[in-house]
Amino acid sequence: MAFVLSTLLYCDGIIEIEARETSLIATFSKPAFVLALLAGTAMAAPAQAQSAAEGQKLAFDRGKGNCLTCHVIKGGDLPGTIGPELSGLKAKYSRDELIAIVTDETKRNPQTVMPPFGRNRILSEKEIGAVVDFLQTL
Amino acid sequence: MTRCLAIRATIATLALGLLACAPAQAADTVDPAADKAAFQKFFTGKFPKLKLEDFVNGPYSMNEDLHRQWEEKEQFPPYEFSLEAGKEMFATPFKNGKTYADCFPNKGIGIRQNYPFFDEKEGKVVTLELALNRCREANGEAPFSYVKDDMAALTAYMAFTSRGKPMDIKIPNDPRALEAYQKGKEYFYTRRGQLNFSCATCHIQSPGERIRAEVLAPALGILNAMPIYRSEWSGMGTTSRRFTTCNSQIRGVPLNPQDDEYRNLEYYLSYVSNGLPISGPGARP
Ligand code: HEC
Ligand code: HEC
Repeated sequence: MAFVLSTLLYCDGIIEIEARETSLIATFSKPAFVLALLAGTAMAAPAQAQSAAEGQKLAFDRGKGNCLTCHVIKGGDLPGTIGPELSGLKAKYSRDELIAIVTDETKRNPQTVMPPFGRNRILSEKEIGAVVDFLQTL
Repeated sequence: MTRCLAIRATIATLALGLLACAPAQAADTVDPAADKAAFQKFFTGKFPKLKLEDFVNGPYSMNEDLHRQWEEKEQFPPYEFSLEAGKEMFATPFKNGKTYADCFPNKGIGIRQNYPFFDEKEGKVVTLELALNRCREANGEAPFSYVKDDMAALTAYMAFTSRGKPMDIKIPNDPRALEAYQKGKEYFYTRRGQLNFSCATCHIQSPGERIRAEVLAPALGILNAMPIYRSEWSGMGTTSRRFTTCNSQIRGVPLNPQDDEYRNLEYYLSYVSNGLPISGPGARP
């Protein structure tokens, strides 16, 4: 146990920062069921928009996602600088990938600062679905 | 790399994201001197423009605009009131006629840099705040709250008389002292709370970054300016106050001030800042 925690050992006089974990995201999370059910063809657009609006609220709420603590997000005040700006996400990640990132980013990057919103039940599966709908509008 | 026994950062508690390599060293050897060198080197490497002694200014060391604010603040330091009160309290005898000076080496003047120390009789770490309350109790006075007001005033005065002296924490040749150090270190790097943060997540991985509007202080020298006046608190806070506040911020359950874990944590954090000057009391945004 002790050695696992000795993070600050000397290595030939050099401290090396570990390369970012590059492994692919495990597609472990179920897609948001409720949303899938709601997304009947006619309903799809308005339901998504409504969910995205809900997701924005969750993302900005200090007691919930509080994503602004670390990310610049369009429409949010007083953002932090710990994480990258959240924009152009639709081009970068699939929906499942975004769900995986928000659910537990430590799967992709064990050293990440980002809290595991799903694993630690800060957000429910449904709430994560809404947040991801919002992310896909950015 | 190949010469290193690369123990991969397997679990999330390895907050620094360093490859832990232990050439010619048993994996579980506790080596505070090597820790300290690596710790300081990490920060001077990350912020090459800063001198070692600059780190004690916390968030103000991290960018120039903030540094200017700090210089302006020092013209009319907001901790002045507390410092004056502390000086007076320190000189005022207890009901039994004794004073704080009677409880400390060198009458309590210029000794802040030696705290916390490992007390071989008790087998535990003793912090300055703890020593002050023990002094009160030994003289028939009620202990103070650890987090603010009186305790902050007393420690502000004691820090002030030690300004500029390099932090000088000793680890005696006693297995219990090494164990206390190691436990403090483990506490520092262990993730906890609903948000899954360790102290290192914020103060090693992200110093200088903004978390909302606050700029995170570097872990190096992070206790040298204690106690601090914070505008956000509109008042003074001690080391105990800062530890418990940081624990609450991550939606974790804070420990009680001066619990063993916090004493060990303070021991570790102070030891790895050895050599950096005491700068307390400090002022913060
Ligand atoms: C305490 C800091 C912190 C908080 C709070 C946080 N994140 Fe992150 N986030 C990060 C960091 C740091 C990264 C960079 C990747 C990494 O560390 O693995 C990141 C990466 C991301 C990415 C990938 C971005 C890209 O361009 O690759 C997404 C998407 C994301 N976060 C969404 C969110 C959402 C949504 C929330 C709130 C529900 C949130 N984050 C809250 C720190 C945070
Ligand atoms: C979620 C992020 C976060 C975590 C985790 C965290 N802190 Fe902090 N800490 C802060 C913020 C924000 C401040 C105020 C700005 C500053 O001074 O860094 C602060 C300030 C401090 C200060 C005062 C620094 C100064 O110069 O003003 C100390 C000491 C400190 N933290 C210690 C700790 C310890 C010990 C732990 C673990 C028990 C810890 N922190 C965990 C966010 C955090």
